[in-house]
Amino acid sequence: MGQAALKSASTGAEVIALPASGAEVVTLPHATGKPLHERLAPLAKSVLVNLVPPLITVALILLFWQIAASGPQSSLPPPTKIWAEAKDLITEPFFWAGSQDIGLGWRILVSLQRVAIGFGLAAIVGILLGALVGQSVWAMRGLDPVFQVLRTVPPLAWLPLSLAAFRDSQPSAIFVIFITAIWPVIINTAVGIRNIPQDYRNVAQVLRLNQVEFFFKVMVPSAAPYIFTGLRIGVGLSWLAIVAAEMLTGGVGIGFFIWDAWNSSRLSDIIVALVYIGVVGFVLDRVVAFVGTIVTRGTVVN
Amino acid sequence: MSTPYLKIDHVEKTFQRGAASTNVLKDINLVIDKGEYVSVIGHSGCGKSTLLNIVAGLTPVTEGAVLLEGKEVNAPGPERAVVFQNHSLLPWLSVYDNVALAVNKVFGRVKSKSERHDWIMHNLDLVQMGHAKDKRPAEISGGMKQRVGIARGLAMEPKILLLDEPFGALDALTRAHLQDSIMQIHAALGNTMIMITHDVDEAVLLSDRIVMMTNGPSARIGEVLDVRLERPRKRLDLVSDRTYIAAREAVLKFLYERHRFVEAA
Repeated sequence: MGQAALKSASTGAEVIALPASGAEVVTLPHATGKPLHERLAPLAKSVLVNLVPPLITVALILLFWQIAASGPQSSLPPPTKIWAEAKDLITEPFFWAGSQDIGLGWRILVSLQRVAIGFGLAAIVGILLGALVGQSVWAMRGLDPVFQVLRTVPPLAWLPLSLAAFRDSQPSAIFVIFITAIWPVIINTAVGIRNIPQDYRNVAQVLRLNQVEFFFKVMVPSAAPYIFTGLRIGVGLSWLAIVAAEMLTGGVGIGFFIWDAWNSSRLSDIIVALVYIGVVGFVLDRVVAFVGTIVTRGTVVN
Repeated sequence: MSTPYLKIDHVEKTFQRGAASTNVLKDINLVIDKGEYVSVIGHSGCGKSTLLNIVAGLTPVTEGAVLLEGKEVNAPGPERAVVFQNHSLLPWLSVYDNVALAVNKVFGRVKSKSERHDWIMHNLDLVQMGHAKDKRPAEISGGMKQRVGIARGLAMEPKILLLDEPFGALDALTRAHLQDSIMQIHAALGNTMIMITHDVDEAVLLSDRIVMMTNGPSARIGEVLDVRLERPRKRLDLVSDRTYIAAREAVLKFLYERHRFVEAA
């Protein structure tokens, strides 16, 4: 009896609530419009917060540079002079006016291509060698001391040797990239593989995964955070090395452009090229880091 | 006499570290029948996990042998699936893919792709995890992870399922849920199971036989207790059941009267 009363009371309450819900439907488009506006506000704010401070810094640097380099006996050009002299290089990265008179974008692409080949090879060989060193105690004992010595050799010290071996500048430059980028990849991969939890190894053993399956299904994903740390250091080093290598080997790359500009005293061009190199290096680093976060999304220790 | 299903024959294990050697297990003999649920209980450090790893093939024996259907076990394999204490799911794979890794490896040649898919889903449903098949291990609770671990073990269709303190890291309520699930699965599939535990109630509730181990070093099998309780067993009915209370008492007496863990502090 009491329950029945309760029921009718609750249905009664529902009837009363009905117009209220109808009113809500009317206000709905109005309500969605407002949060969207409010949602954009923090986004815009975060963009401002992240963008304004570096812009101010850059403006201040340009200002001080302008003041410092404006004197009559100044040896370096101020920003205004660079803009006047190298405006075409800044605004048109992809112009093409003859085989040596091309935009910096093209030169960067040529350098990037060399880095892509050299770094790609270094990544593949480095991960495989790192896996070997990380997995086998004897490989580590045999190879690790050699790696530790070789990795301290400066990239350019390899160049004469590789020029002698390959007798051509293009493969020599690629080899220098390769030999520069491979050490951090090897060392980080080996550490990552040594840190694979015994549990995962036990699972693999119970499943009787063979070496290839173990490599692709357990080793690489488990060591991925370490591998990507190595790749990120490696790509940074290759970008450092390519500019230096191209200065010596000649050709089309951005490094040779700087050397060429120095020989014909075009200081403004050199400064523009430096900015290009910095920006591209930054982008390369972020791209590898971004790929890393996507690939290693699942590899969290839990 | 027919060959026993699983025979642990005079197994002895000594760990060697440099000049020091520790005798962990001494003269372990045990015969387990098909479909039996056997628990191994003992104080921590008594070598019960080592015993399980020896049966799994993950740890080599120093002396003696483990025989499964008359064949010596000396390497790990999917016919002796292990449910690890800390679930050991691969964190970069989804729940489905974790089970699929095992199923594809074990049945890759004998089952078609759709059969394997059905088998994966069947095992996930068996542990009530079918709904979370696309989740990653980090996104599900500890109890759910262990359910998936059990599904992975079952999906290999092992001759014997080895459970290494499977519910040790779980809270009491979740543990009870999973114990009920394991009982249902055992009743439905009739698997042979060996479970390592340090929980007396869990051992009595689930097992046909309880193997009680003495303290290490040189741990032996102290006593084997038959739990003569009808199945299916109901947790609540057992609380006042005489056989249950007697079995519980026997295990407790063994652990805390005759083989007190002196070093525990």
